[in-house]
Amino acid sequence: MSKRLRILIAKPGLDGHDRGAKVIARALRDAGMEVIYTGLRQTPEMIVESALQEDVDGVGLSILSGAHMTLVPRVLNGLREAGLEHVKVFLGGIIPDEDVPRLKELGVVGIFGPGANTHEIAEFVRQQLTED
Amino acid sequence: MGDDNGLVTQALAGKRYALARLISQVEDDGETARAALAALYPHTGRAHVVGITGSPGSGKSTLVNELAKVLRGQGVTVGVVAVDPSSPFTGGALLGDRVRMRDLSGDPGVFIRSMASRGSLGGLARATGDVIKVLDAVGFQVILVETVGAGQSEVEIARTAHTTIVVEAPGMGDEVQALKAGLLEIADVLVVNKADRPGAANTARALELVINQNAAHDEGRWRPPILQTVALNGQGVPEVWEAVVAHRQYLRESGLWESQERARVETELFNVLREELLNRTLARVGRERVQEWVTRIADRQVDVYTAAASIIGG
Ligand SMILES: Nc1nc2c(ncn2[C@@H]2O[C@H](COP(=O)(O)OP(=O)(O)OP(=O)(O)O)[C@@H](O)[C@H]2O)c(=O)[nH]1
Ligand SMILES: [Mg+2]
Repeated sequence: MSKRLRILIAKPGLDGHDRGAKVIARALRDAGMEVIYTGLRQTPEMIVESALQEDVDGVGLSILSGAHMTLVPRVLNGLREAGLEHVKVFLGGIIPDEDVPRLKELGVVGIFGPGANTHEIAEFVRQQLTED
Repeated sequence: MGDDNGLVTQALAGKRYALARLISQVEDDGETARAALAALYPHTGRAHVVGITGSPGSGKSTLVNELAKVLRGQGVTVGVVAVDPSSPFTGGALLGDRVRMRDLSGDPGVFIRSMASRGSLGGLARATGDVIKVLDAVGFQVILVETVGAGQSEVEIARTAHTTIVVEAPGMGDEVQALKAGLLEIADVLVVNKADRPGAANTARALELVINQNAAHDEGRWRPPILQTVALNGQGVPEVWEAVVAHRQYLRESGLWESQERARVETELFNVLREELLNRTLARVGRERVQEWVTRIADRQVDVYTAAASIIGG
C-alpha cells in the first residue's frame, strides 16, 4: 500500500481571512490526501511544531497580509532547524511577481495566486510530494 | 530487523520527531512498526487513557484543549490523539481538531497527533490503540483521545480508554434520544458543554433522568456525574478533571482497572489472531482458489459455512 500523503495547511500572519486556505485544504482532501488544518494566526514556530508532530510531507502556507518575505524564511529556517528539511513548502495568496524568484531560491516549491485552479494545485502538490 | 534507525531509542529518549515518525509507521502498519511496538510494549501500561466523544460540534476539541491546560497546570504531561473521518471515496481527510488546541503549542509536555479514521467505523482508526501505546511508552501520563464524533456507534472508545467522557451541548433535543440508545451507556463522565447557552440545565436534567433509571438498582456501581462546562473559557473544566480522577480511583479500588485491562488485551489478541489467521489461510490457499470459492458461493453451489470449513480443512 502506498503511504497516504499528509499535508499541513496553515495561515500565518495577522490577517483574518482563511477562505482560501480552506478551499485548498478541501481540494487536497478531495484529491485523497490527509490534510491537517490549523486555522488562523499561526506563528512560524507553531507551524513548525505542528509539522513535526504530524509528520507531514508538505506544508501549505496561505499568506494575504503581504508579510511573506518575513514569514516564509522563518518557516523554512524553523523546519530546517527541526530536522524537517525534506518537508516541501508551497505558498498561496497574493504574492507579487518580483518576490517569486527569491522565494523559490529560499526553497518554496510552488506559488499559487488567488485564481489558481484547485485541481492543478492538488496535482502539483502530489507530484512534488511523491517524487524522490 | 528491529529498531529502524534507532527510532525507538530516540523516542524513548524524548526526541519528538522520532516519536512522530514512529506514530506514522504504526499508522501505516508495516513490519518495522511491529518490531517497534514489540520494543515499546514493556514501557506501556502507565498512562491514564481518557476518551472524549459526543456529537459533532459539541465542543470536544475545545474541551480537550482546556483539560490539557488543567493537567499542565498540575505538571502532568499530556498526549492528544484526535481522530477525524476519512472520505470513503477518496481516502482523503480534513483533520481540523488542532484549530481549537492552539493554546497548547510550544509546550514540550504536550504532543498532539491528528489521525484519519482510514475506513474504520467505530469512531477511532484501526491504529489508534497502537498510537496510544507509543505515547504511553514514551511517558505521557494522560492521553486524551478525541473520537470522530459521528454519534451513537462510537463504542470502540469505551474499550480503548480507561475513562470515557461524553460531551453534549444544549438544544440538541433528539440527541438525548441518541444518548439513551448508545452513548450514555459508555459514559463515565457526562459533560453538558456550552452552558453559556440557554437550555443547558434542561439537557442536564434530561440526562439525569436517564442515568437515574439506569442506575437505580445498582448499589456500588459507578454513577456517571453530569457536569456543565463552558469550554470556551474553561469554566467547569477543573471539575471535569476531578471527576475523571475520581473514576480512576474507583477503577483502581474496585479491581476494574485490572479486569478491564485483561478484557482489552483479550479483544486485541483475538483481533490480531483473526487477521493473522485469515492472511495465512488466504496465502496458503492462494488467491485464485479463494476466488473460485467466491464464485461457487455466489452461484449458490455451496454455502459460505461449508466453503469456509473446506478451505480451512484443506
Ligand atoms: N458558546 C460556546 N461555544 C463553544 C463552547 N465550546 C466550544 N464552542 C464552539 O463550538 C464549536 C465547535 O467546537 P469544537 O471544539 O470544534 O467541537 P468538536 O466537538 O470538537 O467538533 P468536531 O470535532 O467537528 O465534531 C466551535 O465554534 C467552538 O468555539 C462553549 O462552551 N460555548
Ligand atoms: Mg473536534
